Amino acid sequence: MRRVEVAVVGAGPAGLGAALAAASQGAGVLVIDNACRPGGQLVKQTHKFFGSRRQRAGTRGIEIADLLAREAMERGVEMWLDATALGYYPADGVLTVEHLGRFRKVVPRALVIATGASERMLAFPGNDLPGVYGAGAVQTLMNVHGVKPGQRVLMVGAGNIGLIVSYQLIQAGVEVAAVVEAAPRIGGYAVHASKLRRLGVPILVSHSVKAAHGSPVLDTVTTWQVDHRWEGIPGSERDYACDVLCLSVGLSPLTDLMWQAGCDMRYIPELGGYVPTRDREGRTSVPGLWVAGDAGGVEEASSAMATGRLAGLGAARFLGYDAGYEEAAREVLDDLAALRAGPTGAKIRKGLERLQGGTG
Amino acid sequence: MRITEHPILEFGRGRRVVFTFDGRELEGFEGEPIAAALHASGVRVLHYSPSLRRPRGFFCAIGNCSSCLMVVNDVPNVRVCVEPLVEGMDVRTQHGLGALGGGPD
Repeated sequence: MRRVEVAVVGAGPAGLGAALAAASQGAGVLVIDNACRPGGQLVKQTHKFFGSRRQRAGTRGIEIADLLAREAMERGVEMWLDATALGYYPADGVLTVEHLGRFRKVVPRALVIATGASERMLAFPGNDLPGVYGAGAVQTLMNVHGVKPGQRVLMVGAGNIGLIVSYQLIQAGVEVAAVVEAAPRIGGYAVHASKLRRLGVPILVSHSVKAAHGSPVLDTVTTWQVDHRWEGIPGSERDYACDVLCLSVGLSPLTDLMWQAGCDMRYIPELGGYVPTRDREGRTSVPGLWVAGDAGGVEEASSAMATGRLAGLGAARFLGYDAGYEEAAREVLDDLAALRAGPTGAKIRKGLERLQGGTG
Repeated sequence: MRITEHPILEFGRGRRVVFTFDGRELEGFEGEPIAAALHASGVRVLHYSPSLRRPRGFFCAIGNCSSCLMVVNDVPNVRVCVEPLVEGMDVRTQHGLGALGGGPD
């Protein structure tokens, strides 16, 4: 049995943000992550971040992962890697963990859940064929492990991840046949879409996948045009020879621990699915349990760092480490408001309104 | 399938080791996920599904989805997308649910 002041599940941008904030306030922090290196999904993000200096603009995700992890070490944050959080039992305050093959119990006085999100699937015949990969998986394979996912890729989804990963594929020497997007417009930033178009990659809006073919692995994808009700239009089919179909069709919050702990959960489509109700700090309905990052609603890494800092500040204050809380929290809330401003943040704002208004 | 030149990244790879895939000798880098070593050698079918015996490759690459389960050193249901490669490993395609001790599934 291991007693700690603050336990954080997840060493991604949100978890490390929470750990750093809580440790800076003076709390003892233990971070638990199932990967063998810290950083979560930052470790595969080779693009430079936007925003302000406080949000590490101009720095690549992979470098931010190392920076955050180093700062956490300097602040005395303890980190268990290769450690999977299995369950949290509020009645006796026990968090169970499998760490390096051993079963361990942790009793934190405050707990921050920052488990991130998982990739969504798309329904079509052949979607289980080897060669149909998530966009995150493609990024991990090529950017972390240095292996090309294939020779020729068809990308599904023209949100930021689909556009960025398409560009990264080309950087790695892989051909991108096209990007198809079921919505009538490109969802990602124009700067990313323009880079692809300059390289001659067609971005086909109002198009989706009809079926994937091949035995035993993918060799052809049939696309088709979709109408305003997202229904395929017969006669508009086109076949693409490709050995990878990359799905970038959104993420869903990883909320298993919060369901199991008994958090009040609501379905908010704008946030990616079921998410816990919470206050502006991320404090959920379960006493002593905070949520941070994509686990509380899918956004992106900069806001994950910010919501992480808020949760870390909140958890530390809960334990009595409240020096300078108001000022620090105000600063993070201002950052978050800026990140969520404008048309790209409209969906998140609407989702949070529904969550807070209880209409979810 | 290895990326040798990249405008941004450099890959710090471990030492080269030999392992077997369904009895065939392959090479990979120590410590990389087994799935990365297999993919680099062109192996994309890792598993056959329990009911319809459909071929499965990896999908999420971060240990979440269970699409990449294989039999490693007689242990079934190993998530090869996150399991580090060790010299001399015996990696086998998994058919169905898998059974402990290498018995029928």
